[in-house]
Amino acid sequence: MKCQRCPKPATFHITEVFGHAKYRDFHLCEECAQRHLANPDASLKAAQTATPPLPDADLTDEFGGKHCPACGLKFVEFRNSGRLGCPRDYDVFKDELLPLLDNIHGDTKHAGKQPRLQPMRQANAAERERLRGELESAIRKEAYEEAARLRDRLRQLDDPAPGA
Amino acid sequence: MNLDRLLPNLGEWLRGIGPESDIVVSSRVRLARNLADMPFGNRANAEQKTETETRVRNAVATASLPYALEFVDVAKLTPIDRQFLVERQLMSRELASVLDGPRGVAFNETESVSVMVNEEDHLRLQVMRSGLALDEAWTEIDRLDDALEANLAFAFHDQFGYLTACPTNVGTGMRASVMLHLPALSLTKEIEKLFRSLQKINLVVRGLYGEGSRASGDLYQISNQVTLGKSESRVLQEIREVIAQIIQYERRARQLLLKERRQAEQDRVARAIGTLGSATMITSEETMELLSTVRLGIQLHLLDDLPPTTVNQLFIHTQAAHLQKLMGTPLDGEERNAARAKYLRNRLRELGSHQR
Repeated sequence: MKCQRCPKPATFHITEVFGHAKYRDFHLCEECAQRHLANPDASLKAAQTATPPLPDADLTDEFGGKHCPACGLKFVEFRNSGRLGCPRDYDVFKDELLPLLDNIHGDTKHAGKQPRLQPMRQANAAERERLRGELESAIRKEAYEEAARLRDRLRQLDDPAPGA
Repeated sequence: MNLDRLLPNLGEWLRGIGPESDIVVSSRVRLARNLADMPFGNRANAEQKTETETRVRNAVATASLPYALEFVDVAKLTPIDRQFLVERQLMSRELASVLDGPRGVAFNETESVSVMVNEEDHLRLQVMRSGLALDEAWTEIDRLDDALEANLAFAFHDQFGYLTACPTNVGTGMRASVMLHLPALSLTKEIEKLFRSLQKINLVVRGLYGEGSRASGDLYQISNQVTLGKSESRVLQEIREVIAQIIQYERRARQLLLKERRQAEQDRVARAIGTLGSATMITSEETMELLSTVRLGIQLHLLDDLPPTTVNQLFIHTQAAHLQKLMGTPLDGEERNAARAKYLRNRLRELGSHQR
């Protein structure tokens, strides 16, 4: 099992008890555990802003619910493997990833090279990815008119009209 | 492709030239890149991996570059050929034997540029330079990145930069590393102190073959950890500053060795050459340690007649896969130790090296 704050293996398993039948599990590496134990309040606050409010019962499987519509990855799977499933995961799990990125890099904003030659293509690719996701969900919902419209948009992107 | 033709060459990283080459073996920059519309490697099925491979192959073949990149299908290679490319630092151990399915590596004639396909990320670009030459390596890989991007849409995020399978690489996707030979700092035990201080400033120290490997033959790779929030040029600058300092420490330690225990060093170097030239069984580990001592002996002028590039050649030729290719037959561990000793005896006799 991986630490919930960084990619190291979790060696400390801490259960915090808050009054009546309210508790929360933490799985942390030694370093993060020390930080947590030194200042549990701040640590807890960070954890709470990092994760959405939880239903009462399902406290241990806190990230299990959400998954990426494009690749199907659940956040708990990322916790276990340390690897994301596709580029879209960075948006789908953004709230969960932000504290982790800050922990690893001390920053959450890119400050380097950007693709130079094909900004248009980049935009198209993101658009295509988004449309594909919408298309899938339209098909699932059996909204076929919507699906046909999305498919046409996708075709247009793949094969722009001459001179476009 | 028959990889045997690479055997007589040293490859870029062992050319033994370039700035500060008495201490800096090589400089390397790698970039992690992914296709925008494909799942990452661990989530991709065989069909998707094949498509990734095809797209990257085409992009590599048509890229406008001053050198040609030849593609090798790693899945079709024998285990020895895979290990051979790992030893030449053209691909990672992961790509060689941990991962499976469609995957490959493209590299140029001088082995200074390589592109791994379907590693942890869809593309891992690498540029090597012998000696301390991070800027040149960056300029080269920047151009390679642009050339490939002309034909491939990379996953790029306004806030997070280049997206990677592991969040430890996101942002620039850049890992810059410098391989150092630090025998004197190792001898004086100052090295551990040095490494602890490097960790505090977010630099990583690894052994010869990267992640998880131990330092063999006093060779250490120092690289950046942070890829998000700092520009490539800033990261390179930080590494350069630290390397300049380490070079100073190592030089000082070497001078101190000469001043305080010249005789003992001379003896150690002579014994190293003696063992290499007369053993009948020798492990790769012991060979690397002894070659490290010989390399130091050459730099301290305690040894005549042996150019540093010869040490590099003995170093690479005594690695397991190289050795088996030279012998023309697969060998088990014991047989390798005997073959390695025989190869070293013959080569050193040919070179007729003498101690001063």
